[in-house]
Amino acid sequence: MIPGKKTSYGQALRDGFAYLFKAYPEVFTIGQGLWSPWYVGNSMTDLDKEFGKGRVIDTPVAELACTGVAVGAAISGKRPVIIHPRVDFALLAVDQIVNQAAKWCHMLGGQVAVPVTIRAIINRGGEQGAQHSQSLHSWFAHIPGLRVVMPATVQDARDLLIASVLCDDPVMFIDDRWLYEQEEILPPPREISLESQGPEIRRAGKDITLISCSYPLQQCLEAAQLLGECGIEAEVIDLRVLNPLKRKPIVDSVRKTGRLLAVDGDWATCGMAAEVITSAVEGVEPGIWKKAPARMTLPDAPAPTSRVLESNYYFTIKKIVENALITLSEKKS
Amino acid sequence: MAKNQNPVELGDLSLPEKHRGPIGLTGFSKAKAVDWLKSLVLIRAAEEKIGEEFGKAVIKCPCHLVIGQEAPAVGLADHICKGDRVFGAHRSHGHYLALGGNLHQLMAEVLGKETGCSKGMGGSMHLYQPQVGFHGSVPIVGSTIPIAVGAALSIQMDRTKNVAVSFLGDGATEEGVFHESLNFAANFRLPVIFIVENNLFSSHLHIDLRQPSNSTCRFAEANGIPWQRVDGNDVAAASKACLIATRQARLAKGPQFIEMVTYRWRGHVGHREDVDVGVKRKDDLNLWKKRDPIARLAKGMEKKKWLKTEELQKWKTEAEAAVHKAWDQATLDPYPKPEALLDRVYFKGAQG
Repeated sequence: MIPGKKTSYGQALRDGFAYLFKAYPEVFTIGQGLWSPWYVGNSMTDLDKEFGKGRVIDTPVAELACTGVAVGAAISGKRPVIIHPRVDFALLAVDQIVNQAAKWCHMLGGQVAVPVTIRAIINRGGEQGAQHSQSLHSWFAHIPGLRVVMPATVQDARDLLIASVLCDDPVMFIDDRWLYEQEEILPPPREISLESQGPEIRRAGKDITLISCSYPLQQCLEAAQLLGECGIEAEVIDLRVLNPLKRKPIVDSVRKTGRLLAVDGDWATCGMAAEVITSAVEGVEPGIWKKAPARMTLPDAPAPTSRVLESNYYFTIKKIVENALITLSEKKS
Repeated sequence: MAKNQNPVELGDLSLPEKHRGPIGLTGFSKAKAVDWLKSLVLIRAAEEKIGEEFGKAVIKCPCHLVIGQEAPAVGLADHICKGDRVFGAHRSHGHYLALGGNLHQLMAEVLGKETGCSKGMGGSMHLYQPQVGFHGSVPIVGSTIPIAVGAALSIQMDRTKNVAVSFLGDGATEEGVFHESLNFAANFRLPVIFIVENNLFSSHLHIDLRQPSNSTCRFAEANGIPWQRVDGNDVAAASKACLIATRQARLAKGPQFIEMVTYRWRGHVGHREDVDVGVKRKDDLNLWKKRDPIARLAKGMEKKKWLKTEELQKWKTEAEAAVHKAWDQATLDPYPKPEALLDRVYFKGAQG
């Protein structure tokens, strides 16, 4: 990181790892492709050369055992980061994530910490299809004991990574390759406690609340910009930490605007957008609502490969603006 | 180590009419044999009490009793040092007690009491006592295998002489994660010892109906991991094998594998002998009871004139008294407070 120079999201992740490696000897990373130049984009380039192959461990093709190894090391005094270069492959490791990492503290009476970070990368688009494009954050956010983190900004990519690794609980850290080219001028890395982190207002407004996370959050910010040009002040909230979910910022914002559009890059059914809307409905008095809350999600279908289907599968900024305008229309639905 | 042994077939170790005699105690002291006997007797007394209370539905959580296959854990315990990390599975009361786990805390745990080894949050299948080297047990078959390998990776990174131990059953060798874990451990030469307690059954189903051959050593062979196979109802043989395996692992010779052939006397879960008995089991059980690890050690000691008949009875009585005292205390202990439900989801107690 050079002062005054812009850092990309991918580079910010690498800066986070480098910071952790320097400051914490108990941190190591393990996963398939960590010595390869392309598995994890530019987010870990040459870390193995800088910090050694003992701390950047490339592995056999065994997602389940490698995740279990990380869990075992985590309860033995280390702070491992197990990396699944595509979320889809992390499904092979679900027993270790859901049955083990998320449960050991509770079922052993709070006596054991499991400070493992499971980093999984979303690789949507590019005609990669049903098994190379999933996000699944809603699924993981369903699990008590598993913290779920989705950084949408360059600074969060670095600082929430550091916070996740330093957290004493298992953290599912999901980043989206579509964010890697984002750029920001960053302050020096800082250590923040993950427990204290929650949704943040990325753009203040009074007319409608847009709530999102990860890549769609950036789309919401651009949509809010377009709405602003039409004189509409949209408030944009970045969830950042999906579980455990701090609901107050959601409720506070909707109390102010009376309108909510939840925008999520996952499926609709039992999804994060549904959780956001429910949180708002439970917390905001009926009289305050100016319009029924609405959600935008992926269609409830696996990701297609054919480009025509794929271009309809992922929503655009224009589509967010259109849906916001529907929620903004005067007629009560 | 595996000289003249076949990694594929158990041979006569799987035959209940064989290996019934007194065990050999050459190379061991009387004091060691007495320790073993006391430990075996204590585990059995504890399990019989738990079985009895389970039968009365005083204990509700699923209990997988180790009666009949107590010896492997007792054999390992001789060689466990401070800083070693042992992991169990669903049938782990014996592992816990053999390592010196607190008896009262075990009873309290199966009753779901705050004073339990897992604060009443785990029950029989989630035991934890790190101060004696027992770092956890879970009932998802095979799940602690890679966790033990991870503990071994941590040990290797710290450059200590410690070892990790993964106890598993023959059923767990059918899980994919077992094979992934053996490959991983061998590839990185990690100080982990896999101990397969091959009791011939996974739940109700005999190994002959689940695998093309009945010895799990073939998986160690396939991964280039040194293996030993012993009579798991011979505590001296179990101890010897664990001595070799722990010594090799501490010398950075990589992972080690021991198959201990044994048999459980009760059903897969619960106190009864006649539930989920499965194919072959019912006829074989009475034969296997004659390969009792306690009786065979006692006979071996008698042969050496190390044991008088009344001594065994005395130790049994003492063990039963200790078990009853621990049980009675546990029944009076408090349950976890309602706040425990949410306070223990995250390590620092915070929900958010």
